Amino acid sequence: MKMLRHNAVTSAILGALWMVVLSTTIAIVMSFATGDPFRPHILLSLIWGGSAGVILGRDLGGRIGAVLVAVAIAAACLLGLGPLLVGVEASAFSASVAAILLALSFVWSSVLILNDLPTGGLTRHEFEGAVIRFLTGFGYIFFTAIVLIPFYVMVMTSLKNQAELMQNPLDFSIDLSQGWALFRSYDELFTQFNFGTYLFNSFTISVLTVFITLAFAIPGAYAVARLRFRGRAAFSRSILLIYMVPMIVLALPIYIGFSMTGLRNSLWGIVMIYPVTTIPVALYMLQGYFRGLPAEIEEAGLMDGLSRLAVIWKITLPLSLPALASVSLYIFMIAWNEFLLAFMLLDDPSRFTLTRGIASLNSSEIPRQHLMAGSVVATVPIMALFLGLERFMTKGLTAGSVKG
Amino acid sequence: MAQASPPTGTGPLARREARLAWQLLLPTITAVALVVILPLLAIFWISVKPVGLSDLRAPEVIAREDIRGDTEAVGDAANIRYRLRNSSQDRPISGVSLTDTIPEGLAVQELDPRCALDGRALSCTFGEWEAGFRDTLLIPVTIEQAYLDNDLRPQDSPVETTGSASSVLTDATFTFENFTRIFSGEEFFEVLWVTLFYTVFGTVGALLVGLFAALLLNKSFKGQGILRGLYLFPYVAPVIAVAFAWLILFDPFSGSANALLIQMGITDQSINFFGERPLALIMVTIFEVWRYFPLSFLFILARMQSIDSDMYEAADMDGASPFQQFWYLSVPQLLGILSVLFLLRFIWTFNKFDDIFLLTGGNAGTRTLTVNVYEQAFAISNIGAGAAVAVVIFCCLLLFSILFLKYISQEEGL
Repeated sequence: MKMLRHNAVTSAILGALWMVVLSTTIAIVMSFATGDPFRPHILLSLIWGGSAGVILGRDLGGRIGAVLVAVAIAAACLLGLGPLLVGVEASAFSASVAAILLALSFVWSSVLILNDLPTGGLTRHEFEGAVIRFLTGFGYIFFTAIVLIPFYVMVMTSLKNQAELMQNPLDFSIDLSQGWALFRSYDELFTQFNFGTYLFNSFTISVLTVFITLAFAIPGAYAVARLRFRGRAAFSRSILLIYMVPMIVLALPIYIGFSMTGLRNSLWGIVMIYPVTTIPVALYMLQGYFRGLPAEIEEAGLMDGLSRLAVIWKITLPLSLPALASVSLYIFMIAWNEFLLAFMLLDDPSRFTLTRGIASLNSSEIPRQHLMAGSVVATVPIMALFLGLERFMTKGLTAGSVKG
Repeated sequence: MAQASPPTGTGPLARREARLAWQLLLPTITAVALVVILPLLAIFWISVKPVGLSDLRAPEVIAREDIRGDTEAVGDAANIRYRLRNSSQDRPISGVSLTDTIPEGLAVQELDPRCALDGRALSCTFGEWEAGFRDTLLIPVTIEQAYLDNDLRPQDSPVETTGSASSVLTDATFTFENFTRIFSGEEFFEVLWVTLFYTVFGTVGALLVGLFAALLLNKSFKGQGILRGLYLFPYVAPVIAVAFAWLILFDPFSGSANALLIQMGITDQSINFFGERPLALIMVTIFEVWRYFPLSFLFILARMQSIDSDMYEAADMDGASPFQQFWYLSVPQLLGILSVLFLLRFIWTFNKFDDIFLLTGGNAGTRTLTVNVYEQAFAISNIGAGAAVAVVIFCCLLLFSILFLKYISQEEGL
């Protein structure tokens, strides 16, 4: 352990590992962007990264030294002896972009990681600081990659056709010369597969669910948060329990009941069910918020002769608008994303919701870019809503404990 | 002077407050009772009944009516024909009867002994029908001028039928066969094992990855808000969209992941990620971690930001290294939220259905208890067995909830 804590050793090890991370990342990024073959060479990455780490870690030659290292790495890549191997099919342009990108990003980030390491032996503090900077860099790359890649693949697949995809599954470059024809799968979804109706159905159902849920949850949450009655504690615990009952357990009896009463295949049936699954969550989130509001304002209202209901309407609700916004958003998201009940209860294509509609696209006869285009159509509105109101949303999520 | 004593019991104001509280809660209680409690009771009931998918439609009398013979001129003879059957192949119907209106201008020649005619109203009673029973009823008529003028066929007036049949859902047949069927054989224990693997590793993985992400974002810098929003994507996106995106990414024939692995020289032959044991189970668990790490990340980050930074400065002064600070200062502070998250996520992962159902459909050794409910009820059409599995899930859930309320709820003041 002690041996590791020497500038040269630490720099060499961190540099070598960092080069593996970066060359893999750049190889994946360039492959996805151009479809050309790029691959990292692990052994060469270790060697190049290790030696570059030693030079950069000791700040040999200062700024000029760093530039020289960058040039050496880029040149090695282009000559086929570097950490990143470029296939012969790749164009000279994309090969040089990859080489320069790798060289610059490596030198720049290694200087940051190995920044304030003194020469010679390191204290534990300095050593761990460098390791943490390395892990942080790795973390950013890792999380961004795992989050973005599936969504990137989703969007890009929806813009390509089956033949192009089969030919080179790595090529996600887009032929912009097609113009609007790029969006043909979206066009077909709306003209041939009825997605306009599904979008409308999903939207209506989600909005109705939000309103019905709030209508039930606001009075309930207020009662639990403010009023004293026997069984209050038991009630707030049973809310939590109900909120844990798995949907699949309820889905069977609901399916049977709906089959017998003819509510299956009707959007009204869905609108009856969804709010009940969200009421416990909403009630739980709201009561937490109501409890945090100062009771004195409400008491002042009561003193001034308002009834309880008037107090809720005129004092509590205006004060809790941010909470209402986050709860509404969260419920909207649950209703919009719901799949199981829609899948079990709706068979008639004219009454599908968006998620049910996408499930129906999953067949061997329908090309997969339609499936992905459908997924994009379902994802984009919720993402837009979420990014626009992220502040509310995260607050709502943390307030509402964990539903999923 | 009378002794002053404090009032005992509940006063009128307190009673009014309690009454108002129950009034406010009544709609919620009613709705939840109808959609949650009632189905829960129903699932216990169904689990001891031999119900199949086909039993959901109650047996009914099916009647088709037409007219046979010449109907061109006055005096032609024809038959009104009723083709009748019991829609069920295994349940009798009792008290079967039929009523119909015979159109103007058809003179009934002869009446079946089971039927009676009152004016133009025909009514017949048949008594009890065996399962799968079929019958044809013929009523000979002659055509009159009014029939030709009216252009009203016998089939234009709807036939009304009555008949009651016992349904397996409501009668008194009970069986424990559903339970013996799901508990017997190796399969149940495999399902249980898969469920536990998925739940334990999915939960722990999501917590650890979430912790890592939270550590990463627990400092303020430009773009922190954007990154936080980005890292929540997997949780916010519809499950159906991300599940299909994963399926396409890891497709064995034309998936980008396989193409990438082959190009990097890690494998020389494409891997069927979601179709092979035990890889499929590992993949669905990774999917679970991927989809739910944002939640633990969010909660852990919220807690981290509420920890006082003075403590870290003091530790820094005393020479504690960053890893020591993490282990001896942060971890003990985070233990509360981590244990709550563990239990909640454990319960929810245990109950998860859609993710696995969409990714593998429960094939290739990924069938969990929840997928088994669907499989039994819809693929094998045995609703009773599906309900029995659901009962097992519910009992496990009850057990976890008791643990939860006992040990965790004090911790977070839930």
